[in-house]
Amino acid sequence: MTDSKYFTTTKKGEIFELKTELNSDKKEKKKEAVKKVIASMTVGKDVSALFPDVVNCMQTDNVELKKLVYLYLMNYAKSQPDLAIMAVNTFVKDCEDPNPLIRALAVRTMGCIRVEKITEYLCDPLRKCMKDEDPYVRKTAAVCVAKLHDMNPTLVKEQGFVELLNDLLSDANPMVVANAVAALTEMNEQQTVIEVNSQMVNKLLTALNECTEWGQVFILDALAGYTPRDERETQNICERISPRLAHANAAVVLSTVKVLMKLIDLMPADSDFITQLTKKLAPPMVTLLSAEPEIQYVALRNINLIVQKRPDILKQEMKVFFVKYNDPIYVKMEKLDIMIRLAQQNNISQVLSELKEYATEVDVDFVRKSVRAIGRCAIKVETSSERCVQTLLELIQTKVNYVVQEAVVVIKDIFRKYPNRYESIISALCENLDTLDEPEARASMIWIIGEYAERIDNADELLESFVEGFHDENTQVQLQLLTAVVKLFLKRPGVAQALVQRVLSLATQDSDNPDLRDRGFIYWRLLSADPAAAKNVVLTEKPLISEETDLLEPSLLEQLVCHIGTLASVYHKPPSAFIDPAKAPLRQINTIPAAKFGSSLLDTSSASNASRNGSSAPTVIPSQDQVIADLLSLDLNAPATSANTGGYGGGMSGTTSMGGLDDLLGLGGDPMPTTAPMAQSNNPFDSLAGLGMPSSAPIPQQPASIGGLAEIFGSGGFGGSTGMTYPKEMWLDASRAMGMQVEGTFVRRNGRIFMEMTITNKAMQAISGFALQFNKNSFGLIPVEQINPSPILPNQSQNYTIACDTTGAVQVTTPLTNLQVAIKNDINAFYFATTVPLIAYFREDGQMEKREFLEEWKSIPEQNEQQFTLQNTHNMNADAICTKLQQNNIHTVARRQVDNQQLLYHSVKYTNNLNVLSELKVNSQTTTITLSLKSKNQMAIANMNEVFQTLLN
Amino acid sequence: MATSAMFILDLKGKTIISRNYRGDIDMTAIDKFITLLMEKEEEGSAAPVLTYQDTNFVFIKHTNIYLVSACRSNVNVTMILSFLYKCVEVFSEYFKDVEEESIRDNFVVIYELLDEMMDFGFPQTTESRILQEYITQEGQKLVSAPRPPMAVTNAVSWRSEGIKYRKNEVFLDVIESVNMLASANGTVLQSEIVGSVKMRVYLTGMPELRLGLNDKVLFEGSGRGKSKSVELEDVKFHQCVRLSRFDTDRTISFIPPDGAFELMSYRLTTVVKPLIWIETSIERHSHSRVSFIIKAKSQFKRRSTANNVEIIIPVPSDADSPKFKTSIGSVKYTPEQSAFVWTIKSFPGGKEYLLTAHLSLPSVMSEESEGRPPIKVKFEIPYFTTSGIQVRYLKIIEKSGYQALPWVRYITQNGEYEMRMK
Repeated sequence: MTDSKYFTTTKKGEIFELKTELNSDKKEKKKEAVKKVIASMTVGKDVSALFPDVVNCMQTDNVELKKLVYLYLMNYAKSQPDLAIMAVNTFVKDCEDPNPLIRALAVRTMGCIRVEKITEYLCDPLRKCMKDEDPYVRKTAAVCVAKLHDMNPTLVKEQGFVELLNDLLSDANPMVVANAVAALTEMNEQQTVIEVNSQMVNKLLTALNECTEWGQVFILDALAGYTPRDERETQNICERISPRLAHANAAVVLSTVKVLMKLIDLMPADSDFITQLTKKLAPPMVTLLSAEPEIQYVALRNINLIVQKRPDILKQEMKVFFVKYNDPIYVKMEKLDIMIRLAQQNNISQVLSELKEYATEVDVDFVRKSVRAIGRCAIKVETSSERCVQTLLELIQTKVNYVVQEAVVVIKDIFRKYPNRYESIISALCENLDTLDEPEARASMIWIIGEYAERIDNADELLESFVEGFHDENTQVQLQLLTAVVKLFLKRPGVAQALVQRVLSLATQDSDNPDLRDRGFIYWRLLSADPAAAKNVVLTEKPLISEETDLLEPSLLEQLVCHIGTLASVYHKPPSAFIDPAKAPLRQINTIPAAKFGSSLLDTSSASNASRNGSSAPTVIPSQDQVIADLLSLDLNAPATSANTGGYGGGMSGTTSMGGLDDLLGLGGDPMPTTAPMAQSNNPFDSLAGLGMPSSAPIPQQPASIGGLAEIFGSGGFGGSTGMTYPKEMWLDASRAMGMQVEGTFVRRNGRIFMEMTITNKAMQAISGFALQFNKNSFGLIPVEQINPSPILPNQSQNYTIACDTTGAVQVTTPLTNLQVAIKNDINAFYFATTVPLIAYFREDGQMEKREFLEEWKSIPEQNEQQFTLQNTHNMNADAICTKLQQNNIHTVARRQVDNQQLLYHSVKYTNNLNVLSELKVNSQTTTITLSLKSKNQMAIANMNEVFQTLLN
Repeated sequence: MATSAMFILDLKGKTIISRNYRGDIDMTAIDKFITLLMEKEEEGSAAPVLTYQDTNFVFIKHTNIYLVSACRSNVNVTMILSFLYKCVEVFSEYFKDVEEESIRDNFVVIYELLDEMMDFGFPQTTESRILQEYITQEGQKLVSAPRPPMAVTNAVSWRSEGIKYRKNEVFLDVIESVNMLASANGTVLQSEIVGSVKMRVYLTGMPELRLGLNDKVLFEGSGRGKSKSVELEDVKFHQCVRLSRFDTDRTISFIPPDGAFELMSYRLTTVVKPLIWIETSIERHSHSRVSFIIKAKSQFKRRSTANNVEIIIPVPSDADSPKFKTSIGSVKYTPEQSAFVWTIKSFPGGKEYLLTAHLSLPSVMSEESEGRPPIKVKFEIPYFTTSGIQVRYLKIIEKSGYQALPWVRYITQNGEYEMRMK
């Protein structure tokens, strides 16, 4: 007899029938009925109506039946919370059962019933089970603490479960230790409940040798979050975990690799120990490539990270990444990526012959990537470029459409890298002109023609044939065509006079694409103003393109290496990018990569920043914006967002994606993908202003957003006033507001809120007649002055300080600090949204009396309290913290010393007289501070923790 | 950090069994799984990890089912994938074939197993032999209800106490698979040996075993550098082996699980002469016919013999009317895999055999371009290891002091053994 028969009852009145059977006296019939219920539940039918009847079956002496009833309970308890209480008694009784299996079952199930009322009853049995004589019960209870914490973290703390869990870390049984550490790691992810310290690490390392494979993973993942105190401890941990590299379970191996990668970073780079250790890393990773394809895929994604971080480890292992015929496509693609990363002079011939083999396969995506890879090899290994070009030519001869197109695209990059070396193949390329139907390939071909216009006799004819269908082309092709024709004209004015006029008029008059029009205008004016200057600009020497492409941005790489084996390492995204922050508000705090000994986090990051830019400058475009800025001394005030990423532009965009301006100069490449640089460069006035008046002083670079510079420089550097001043943000970009650029911020001075604002005129003519208005907002903020309406001349800027009041209409927004602003000038009205720093709303007279504070603290119910963990990165002491907070109108009410903890109490009063009370627990031993916030109005707490964190930074 | 829910789906993406471990995801998100997978496959970017809104699916496919883990935090993917494979392993020990029908047929025990193997998304006990001791399909009375075996929480979580055999025996199989990839012009691009030591253990009590191999590192360490030894590049051990012990003095010591298991696997990349080498010459007359001359050479010692050799030669999928001529073995055309298979039951070392084949091609060329699958060879050579690895001893110590007999077998076989065609 099989279980499938239970799925087949679908006749009418089924629920009724089941009800009768469930209440039958015969045990066998009862059990059958419960199985049918579970079967229905499995296929998604709603059998919640049977809740009381099923729960009645719970008191049985049959284990199998009991498990089924429990299963049912876990599924439906949430929808029937009141009835679920019925089950509590049985659970509590089962927790006392002589059989450990039943005790564990009860405590395990109870923890899975996510009903608030049940959690109250759970505490006592759970406490007992954590001290149970049987390890099976204890290991189940350990996990149950994590379950309870997930539902009610405060309860876990109040009831002392954290301490009990801590005790289980010293349990004699390895499985109990493993589960306890798993529960702990998970709870710590939400907020730190127990700091991992070196005694704990020692216990874990001992348990590591004895627990199951999964337990080993839990322990290793917990160790990954620990930063040893000194080099000796680091070395000791390495020695004790490295035998795990020989474990058959891939998860154990990768988690070991993760911990080792982190620890290696903490030790002096050129010691023998490190050399030995890194030698041990390669073989296990290679072996992972014989695992199941899914695991291979995860391994390959991780190897991709490791190869970027420490290229030496796998440099000898090229061959194992050769693609096998039956590899799933996702494995093939990843292998190809790694092959390119590992390609270098001594293995390039093998790699090339493999790539050529792959380029004749059938899978289109794989073939394309292989062709692209050949181009990348040419750029990366100079000595191989000749052969790569030859191979690409052979591939073009195959006439397979997509191969040809892909080859043309990469050949363009090769031309960029090695100018004037391979023009001989141009004629072969031109033969395939007609087959190119993809925009990228067409654009590349056109770039080649423009670049070598003086050597291609019929360049004018070729370009003319493209111009015929100008309006049917993709924007990318149109832009490239425009540039190519201008180049042709500059090189051979005689043949292209008519053509260039035609193209310019097509671009400027007949096109409704702003990018195209703008570029057309620039060329037009440039050519008519000063052809010699035009030549200098358009035919200027091009910066080198980067050898490596698709490199991860270093700080991201750093972060991802700490997450080896996890989803983040597969996505190559930080966890915060795909995890709902609502569920895990403080997660990012735990993911900050570890700093080296003796240097703070900030030091290392800025130092590596500097060295990166410095060392890479000669060979690689350091950053698109920067190069252009240097070349033309243009002012490129990036919008706040792009300023942060700009520094890595060179590495990221590499051969394929070029910024807009870059492309303007005829550098070739794809202008589309990066939107941020576009925003700056497609503003013609901006560029023209710079071009026309090269001597005009560039406007100073604006500080980036709060998230960027403020964190790096610390808060003290700005403003100089007592309180914290946030740097100005880009509020309105010139391209959005017809040439008017607005940056600004809000500050509080002498009990008033001021809007500090800079308006820059990037348009051609003067703007004037300004007016300002705020939309209704949470604090009723309104401007009480107006902007001086007198005109601002082109390329000039003006600073304004507008006093504000909080007497306007109130409408609560989320977040509270949101503010919508309208600015009018003589041309139009523009709107934007920004946030007002919360501290601008803190009143100077918000100091509370101790007694008053105490009463209010007590009067606010417990559930209104919110806890956060803050990072005290500068290790400020309590005095420094109080001073800092006091400067920003967070008033110190009282201080208390308990053991080695300082408790600080503060009060804040908003402009609308709402109070927020805070308690800070500062522990001199650690860098984390626990912040508890209370307010009569829950809304008032929102974002307050961020304010504290910002002030601490 | 852990799995939120587990699903077993049929090929159409319909849920057969689901188990919600954490209650933090929308359980209906799984309905989108198959559509999502199809989309990704269409784009050519199907990977074993998919995202739908804030739910991530990590999955494997086994026969006609998908095993899917849904999660929403930054989980350890490697652990989840290993766990899913482990589930298949455990299920198959319970009811042999793991496929749609057997999943439905055994849903009660699967629920029980899922409950025991994972708690709140953390993998727990996954040793099927231990699970079988207390999760059985017969309903039990509470009085005689099984207790969790000691092994569940013991340091030795893979073996129960009190095992008894009348005859104490251990069988050791050293199996080496040769992976080889050769290019069309006959150069060996890649060759490696993946070896595995499999055991079948029928021993009483809690025996301590020590396995001695001719490990190069060990020999050099003990001053026997000159004896014939093997350099194992990477070794992976079953969890019963004391890894720290191996790390310090290369001793392989362990308390084995009961019955069959893989004790260790190893990998070497020493270049060896391909054991069986195939040379082909192909004449293509497009629109009419194609002819092959295949030469198979055995390049191992004369006293060894390869058994059940199968040489699989791919042909165009639209070929027909095959004609074969050979002096040895049999040839079969298998149009379903667009190939013909040359089977030689016994192929002694140092020999060379020939096969000629003619196939007709249609006069109309097919539109689709075909991939060029490689030639594959399957073989088995008993009493022989390519690496030269040897079991020097297997010491068995049990406190009752019985004598146990170890039996050792060696075998070399093909792994991924491929030769590209022109």
